[in-house]
Amino acid sequence: MSEQQNTTPLLKVDALKKYFSQKGSAAVKAEDSSTMTAGLDESSVGSRAGAGRGTVKAVDGISFTIESGKTLGLVGESGCGKTTVGRTVIGLYRPTAGSVIYKGTDLTKAAGELRLRNRRQMQMIFQDPYASLNPRMTVGDIVGEPIDIHHLAGSKNERTEKIRDLLDLVGLNPEHINRYPHEFSGGQRQRIGIARSLAVEPELIVCDEPVSAVDVSIQAQIVNMLERLQDELGLTYMIIAHDLSMIKYISDYVAVMYLGKIVELVTSENLYKNPQHPYTKALLSAVPIADPVVERRRKRILLEGDVPSPMAPPPGCRFHTRCDRALPVCREKEPPVTDLGGGQWVACHNL
Amino acid sequence: MEHLLQVRDLEVQFSTYAGVVQAVRGINFDVSSGEVVALVGESGCGKSVTAQSIMRLIPSPPGKISGGSIMFNNEDILKKTERQMRKIRGNTIGMIFQDPMTFLNPVLTIATQVTENLVLHKGMSESQAKKRAVNLFELVGIPEPEARLKQYPHQFSGGMRQRVMIAMALACEPKLLIADEPTTALDVTIQAQIMELLKEIKQRLNTAIILITHDLGVVAGIADRVLVMYAGQIVESGTIDEIMKSPSHPYTWGLLKSIPRLDMDRSKKLTPIWGQPPDLLQQFTGCPFAPRCDYAMGICTQKIPPDFGQTKVRCWLRHPQAPAVRLKREVL
Repeated sequence: MSEQQNTTPLLKVDALKKYFSQKGSAAVKAEDSSTMTAGLDESSVGSRAGAGRGTVKAVDGISFTIESGKTLGLVGESGCGKTTVGRTVIGLYRPTAGSVIYKGTDLTKAAGELRLRNRRQMQMIFQDPYASLNPRMTVGDIVGEPIDIHHLAGSKNERTEKIRDLLDLVGLNPEHINRYPHEFSGGQRQRIGIARSLAVEPELIVCDEPVSAVDVSIQAQIVNMLERLQDELGLTYMIIAHDLSMIKYISDYVAVMYLGKIVELVTSENLYKNPQHPYTKALLSAVPIADPVVERRRKRILLEGDVPSPMAPPPGCRFHTRCDRALPVCREKEPPVTDLGGGQWVACHNL
Repeated sequence: MEHLLQVRDLEVQFSTYAGVVQAVRGINFDVSSGEVVALVGESGCGKSVTAQSIMRLIPSPPGKISGGSIMFNNEDILKKTERQMRKIRGNTIGMIFQDPMTFLNPVLTIATQVTENLVLHKGMSESQAKKRAVNLFELVGIPEPEARLKQYPHQFSGGMRQRVMIAMALACEPKLLIADEPTTALDVTIQAQIMELLKEIKQRLNTAIILITHDLGVVAGIADRVLVMYAGQIVESGTIDEIMKSPSHPYTWGLLKSIPRLDMDRSKKLTPIWGQPPDLLQQFTGCPFAPRCDYAMGICTQKIPPDFGQTKVRCWLRHPQAPAVRLKREVL
């Protein structure tokens, strides 16, 4: 999925892996990373031998690119590794293998000053607006902290002015600069988190479930604001969510993940119109549609059972244990990634 | 036909340090056997409090059911003693909660927890109850029931825990099942499995189900009737087709317009409902939705609207003298 366009993408993730050892956060050392060069298939075949027992292969060899000003949606069931991808891309986790190339620089190898400078261009919005804001800091200090870290304000007045502008930008009252998080509702807190991420004027924002913790009527407010900010500031988004309808609405491209791998990458138009991977189809058919007439007509593909453990993913295609179209080859061989044209890539033996 | 459950003028309030919160403000509805009634609304609208009132699970203090009646099987639940309530809970009324992890006791085996109900309410012996538990696990689709019963909650996945909870709620074949956000904590694929299961149970056992959710998609697949709640009131009620195909209340319009649909054209824009839900500490002089409503008129802020029409819509727009405002076709 690397040679997507002739323009250089803003972000290029190549054969990224992130393993967790069972006991804690220490990443398991991967074997020679030079063998992992191209698409997702080859890279993960070679890696299996290196992973020890008790290793959670949260992300196991995924590649994608995001162009400037576009939105990539990352969707999948809980435990599929989508949050780990986001956190590894942003640098909160050190990858086990693979590279994250941002504007031509490999961030996984960057250190010190360069790392800090690159971090400024990538920010994150977290899922839980209650847990991601320090209850003992005022809104001004929460939004101001990144400004301090990156020395973006020359004087105290300039800092305050910046914070007030940011609050205004996300639709909060600048007069509330001295209030504490508990004085705000869930939707407003999410806006504070967004203002904080915008404080350093980033180019790429990783949004991890940006609306799933806020009320239905407020979700559209946040989504519309994210779209407005994208238009106004030229932002690039990587949006992680489990809500397919929301992902389809907000993204240009959608990557469907299953057990640490991308099974299908597709434009959001084609996601609903022309899904190819059996897992994508099953996922789509499970999403309820708020229309009783449509619901009565629909035929569901019900997936049996649960997602297998990422500590011992099934051999061959990881989805074969729940797939209704599995062939003998699916149990043995990892499916190659097929380019179907029109920005659609699928990893399945049975196309 | 006699209704299994009749809720009349129910009022629930909570005393807090800031004042009295009017969580439920005089609601009326009926549920018949074999019927699925969905209670829809945002958090804080009073839908869970309504469900807890039916089970008499409102913690008191600070909570209090301050008015109305809840007739279940022609008996007023609100007049029952705590001892009598214990014979109803888990027996003739079962309940499924949102979070199956906090519901199950982590230090007791699944068997202990599933059979407790049966021994208590049905007077079964341990071995009879175990046999019945095996049947129940088969009903809710838990493979290898004998082995699974010996395990502890942490050995179950989220979807399987939810099935355990449903098995427990169904153990005594309740006439009414209250499902409070039964799939909110689950993945869509598992959600689809659980909703199919609830449909099947309804058909097989003729159980009435009250489904509490904020997800209109989930409602569309299973409900017969929908009650839309806002600020402690039912603002609109009707059959599933009436509510989804020709809704009348601007709040219902707002809910339908603010969620993206999977089969929606990408060029369509979401229309959010502006502002925040109201503070329930206050007494309303007018319609509680008026400050957020695009169609609010003078009277809306002055007088609380009564129920209009057959489908029962609490909105002044339904008054015969009100201007004709309809939801634009293209959003549905």
